Amino acid sequence: MNYITIINNQTIALSTIPEIDYDTFFELNTGFMIDHAERHCVNYFGYKTGDKIKLICCIADDDKHEIYVSSCLYDNTSVITAFTSKLLCFEKYEREIHENFGINYEGHPWLKPVRYPFNRFDQLKTIANYPFYSIESEELHEVGVGPIHAGVIEPGHFRFICNGEQILHLEIQLGYQHRGIEQLFLEKKKLLQKVSLAENIAGDTVVGHTTAFSHIWESICGFEISGDIAFARTLALELERIAIHTGDLSAVCTDVAYQLGSSVFGRLRTPVINFMQEWCGNRLSKGLIRPGSNQFPFDKALADKLKLVLDEFEPDFNEMCKQLFKLPSASSRFERTGVVSYEDVLSVNTVGMAARMSGLNRDIRTSHPYLCYPELQHQPIIKHHGDVYSRVQIRKSEVQQSIKYIRKLLENIPELNNQYNELKTPQADSFAIALVEAWRGEICHCAITGKKGELLLYKIKDPSFHNWMALALSVRNNEISDFPICNKSFNLSYCGHDL
Amino acid sequence: MLSLILQLIAAIFFTGIIIRTKSIFSGRKGPGILQPIKDVIRLFKKSAVYSETTSFIFQIAPTVYFSSVIMAMLVIPFGQSKGIISFNGDFIFFAYVLALGKFFSIISAMDTGSSFEGMGASREALYSMFAEPAFFILMGSLALLTGHTSFQEIFSALHIGSYITYALAILATFVLLMIAMIENSRMPIDDPKTHLELTMIHEVMILDNSGFDLGLILTTGYLKFAMYGALIVNLYIGVIPYGFTIPLFFIIQFLMAFMIGTIESFMARFRMGHNAQFIFALTSVSLLIFFGALLILGKFL
Repeated sequence: MNYITIINNQTIALSTIPEIDYDTFFELNTGFMIDHAERHCVNYFGYKTGDKIKLICCIADDDKHEIYVSSCLYDNTSVITAFTSKLLCFEKYEREIHENFGINYEGHPWLKPVRYPFNRFDQLKTIANYPFYSIESEELHEVGVGPIHAGVIEPGHFRFICNGEQILHLEIQLGYQHRGIEQLFLEKKKLLQKVSLAENIAGDTVVGHTTAFSHIWESICGFEISGDIAFARTLALELERIAIHTGDLSAVCTDVAYQLGSSVFGRLRTPVINFMQEWCGNRLSKGLIRPGSNQFPFDKALADKLKLVLDEFEPDFNEMCKQLFKLPSASSRFERTGVVSYEDVLSVNTVGMAARMSGLNRDIRTSHPYLCYPELQHQPIIKHHGDVYSRVQIRKSEVQQSIKYIRKLLENIPELNNQYNELKTPQADSFAIALVEAWRGEICHCAITGKKGELLLYKIKDPSFHNWMALALSVRNNEISDFPICNKSFNLSYCGHDL
Repeated sequence: MLSLILQLIAAIFFTGIIIRTKSIFSGRKGPGILQPIKDVIRLFKKSAVYSETTSFIFQIAPTVYFSSVIMAMLVIPFGQSKGIISFNGDFIFFAYVLALGKFFSIISAMDTGSSFEGMGASREALYSMFAEPAFFILMGSLALLTGHTSFQEIFSALHIGSYITYALAILATFVLLMIAMIENSRMPIDDPKTHLELTMIHEVMILDNSGFDLGLILTTGYLKFAMYGALIVNLYIGVIPYGFTIPLFFIIQFLMAFMIGTIESFMARFRMGHNAQFIFALTSVSLLIFFGALLILGKFL
């Protein structure tokens, strides 16, 4: 066998991942994915072992609920064919590997820098001399937006090439937020420090990233999570989805200058995050999730409060959605704006909402189930037009779905498990992977441990990593004034991408 | 003189009322009615910062813009009372003195060399160009109807009495109101509240202005509203005594501000590409007024 088959949240000995030569590695992984829409690459990365580079590729099969892991040891002397020459979705992974190790790829369209890590291979590639794509023409003009965002949120530079009001091309340059999170995971020795890092990968996906980290850590330590922990995490994930989706709906309304929607959705988000405050003392759920323990047990009293919050939330939310979707001026902004076709999302390999908007079924909750999702029998919400309207509709339906799930979960609150197993020391020389469907989409964390069980490598893939490309494609041939609404309808993370 | 004083008083409250209406509709208390004026006073106390890439155009433009609107305000009558300046054909003067101000604000935006401001300037120029025929056909029809060519004579000769004139007055109000919205960059054409440069029209053109200059530009915006409001009021007051018309003036100004606030609360703005279409449609409404005028005069068919 050239690869090993594992499932979500599984830890295996590093030596069990077959090591094959690059040509076989290339054929194997591209072979997995070509003409298989149900398979996608969840992570592809390299790390240094001695003076060689080990490449590990993880391909997930959504139908069989399996992950195929293969590896290759490459000595960084010869020129190798890029996966990108056959599958465009590897474009960013290979740019990252090239940026870190200077691997010479052939068949890659443009090995641009991704996030300028401190120890990058070519120190001359700096954020100031990023090679932008440009077109020489009398008729066209370039518009540069950023790196300082108009709403002073996070930094990113957007370079538009426009013909009058029409966008021909958008290039997004990120990397301004790079903090070296993956490296910090290796340097920080205490578990609490690591969890705090995981909480701060992306401020709007605290639950998602912390859950992924906790799953990895528990899996490496051989810890079996009890029902109450799984319950709390599922609940937190769904509450985070409700809160952020509602906030996004508000922001989308702000962008089309629909004041009523903006203020009503904004108000609706508050009780949900305030409930998190009541539950765990932090509105963004920081501190709620810890590997191997249930810090804030969910009891009957909290359940009653949550029911009350949802009972008040639901009718208002439904009514506001009804108002929004029947408002002609809003529909005219949403419909057929920022369309990304099925073929495009497939070739970019977007995840989460950015895939489901165009009919591509990517939802880890069904394809690689974890926590309480198998019992909930989750059905992904799929739209087919790939426009702003689809993305807004998905948000609305997912909020309603999450409310349904939470009500179902609350019917049966598991008993608090007082007999916690201690977290054992992490297994040595192993590889673990965890996939979590956060509100934005699939989060993939991978870890490799060394001889004493210390972390040798920690790899994070936020849904934004690929989805930024979908945004760049969505605005083509749209009016430049529609860019903000497209951007907001994706609501991607800068720091999640830059790490 | 009376007209100028009334317009200045209306300008003090107008924008405050819009903001307050929007706040109340979104469930907030909102700032005081005089907040916009307080903001402007604060700005007047500050000095302006000029970018090194700009030329003298950028420095004189706010003043030219401001004075052009003051000049235009002087032309507007109030019922029987003439504006400070009044002559035959003064409505043409009115339109082009405003256009001069706009021209300066456009070239000052281009002067900064920013790609955003260039886009804003091109949009502003396009939309003003489309709005112009609507205004001239409207005023031309009224001139044809009354046989006069100055604002004061047109308005005092305009007797609303028959059904057709009611229709004309309503259409004319609509056209003037929409022109006011376009000229002041309000919804649904432009969103004055947005922070997104790419979707702005007027706001993006003044991104580089600061301090005193910005204060002047904002004041000009307030004045413009009151000026268009006064124009609409004039359609109705004719020869009615001042005891009725002065309260009526403020009621109409208030209703107009309230209406703008309501529109901005309960509707999304247009897609940029639809704006041109919408504005150009105003011209056809003006044409209706023109045909109405011909009908009344018996020159139609």
